[in-house]
Amino acid sequence: MPVTAADLRAWIRAFAAQVAEERAYLTKLDSAIGDGDHGQNLNRGLSHAAEGLDNGNDDLPATMKSVAMAMISKTGGASGPLYGTFFMDAGKAVGERPSLDVAGVAELFRAGLSGVQRRGKAEPGDKTMVDALLPAVEALETAAENGEALPTALRNAKAAAEEGMKATTPLQARKGRASYLGERSKGHQDPGATSSYYLVAAAADTFGSSA
Amino acid sequence: MKKLINAPDDVVTEALHGMAAAHPDLLTVHFDPTYVIRADGVPDGKVALLSGGGSGHEPMHNGFVGQGMLDGACPGEVFTSPTPDQMQAATEALDAGAGVLHIVKNYTGDVMNFEMAAELAEASEVEVQSVVVNDDVAVEDSTYTAGRRGVGGTVLIEKICGAAADRGHTLDEVADLARRCNAEVRSMGMALTSCTVPTAGEPTFDLGEDEMEIGIGIHGEPGRQRMAVEPADQVVERLMEPILSDLPFKDGDDVLLFVNSMGGTPLIEVYLAYRKAQEIAEQHGLRVVRNLVGPYITSLEMAGLSITMLRMDDDLVDLWDAPVHTPALRWGV
Repeated sequence: MPVTAADLRAWIRAFAAQVAEERAYLTKLDSAIGDGDHGQNLNRGLSHAAEGLDNGNDDLPATMKSVAMAMISKTGGASGPLYGTFFMDAGKAVGERPSLDVAGVAELFRAGLSGVQRRGKAEPGDKTMVDALLPAVEALETAAENGEALPTALRNAKAAAEEGMKATTPLQARKGRASYLGERSKGHQDPGATSSYYLVAAAADTFGSSA
Repeated sequence: MKKLINAPDDVVTEALHGMAAAHPDLLTVHFDPTYVIRADGVPDGKVALLSGGGSGHEPMHNGFVGQGMLDGACPGEVFTSPTPDQMQAATEALDAGAGVLHIVKNYTGDVMNFEMAAELAEASEVEVQSVVVNDDVAVEDSTYTAGRRGVGGTVLIEKICGAAADRGHTLDEVADLARRCNAEVRSMGMALTSCTVPTAGEPTFDLGEDEMEIGIGIHGEPGRQRMAVEPADQVVERLMEPILSDLPFKDGDDVLLFVNSMGGTPLIEVYLAYRKAQEIAEQHGLRVVRNLVGPYITSLEMAGLSITMLRMDDDLVDLWDAPVHTPALRWGV
């Protein structure tokens, strides 16, 4: 089953619900190496994004743009521009297509990731969102090349994002506030990589489970 | 958590209503999107100065809005950068035909949000320049971090550039002045306690009764070094040494010495620390030609202090002495 605008809306709602449920956990991760606001900020942005979703008429790019604008204007901190740019660029990449196959979903995530990297200037291994998103994008691209079905592709992406998220624990942060801790940032899982894992997991749990 | 608040989510908005009620002659608070602008409007043809950042650092930045300093400020949630829509709306509201200078503290969120706001402003044809303040010497390794943070130097730059804008300097000139000051200012801070973000409900980090943290920023983020609490004079030495050696400040330099409370440290202790800081500066052959003492860039209820030194010349002294009329700084009017 290809991914439609309705599926994207279900994805955002699932992502918002997951972040709402885990906001205390995200904030706890952020308190260890950042400033303790990641859960609150993301929850505020995403609840606005979920409320603002159109229930019928918006196409794929319009859906992504409405999420992007809510994230940019309601989140604050660094995660607002980063997630805002993810959805903004993802929306531009999907264009006027009515629905997305595995390759289309891979393009959406690749464009979003490129946006995050452009905005945040992070490289893999800097202990950021990129460390969860990049393995997920690569898993999606591999699945598209191999002709895998959507559920398999997203299951692989979710597993890859989870592994990437967990792999941030021993890393020393080189971006964001965590970087000021130097060596002391080691031994803590990155909150941005964690919320990015939720983003991928929400996609797997919504449009990845429909077939 | 014990705080004098109503609901954690209402803290910023209720405080802004309080500021608007207390200073109707100086500033106006606009909501949705949220920004603060000077009540008397920006004079025609004057460069407008806009700053902003997370709340919880009061009086910075809202308390510096008024004649001779900032024309506007965008407050975010506590310790959270404001958003580009706030900055864009404020930028458009402030432009009096000479452009708007964004004064941005070097924090990842602030820089990215102001960057997006500047991109939006391009579309609305307001001329915008941005200056990023990064005066915190506690960050030793700028290559593998997000770079030095913007801390106490921000207050001094906002005052000095506000005076220059008041005198009719152009956007380019005021931006250059801000960059020149940023190159000549250094800061370092320390904490005796953490602080509690209202919506988080618990202290951002744990600090034992007998411990202090050296090299903190202004968001309750831990610093680079934790150690046993020492007498004030030794703590001041620990802060002054990296400041002096970084620029470096040299024998015969004129300086402005700014000793700042992080919010929880009472003035009696800040003055006690100022006494030692000035003594150390003079031992290094510096002339402390101006000073600022008190809570101006705080971190909620954190106990601790920061020290900032700016190398001065006659121009800067003159701009520092120029009239300023804001809720938090007022002289010459």
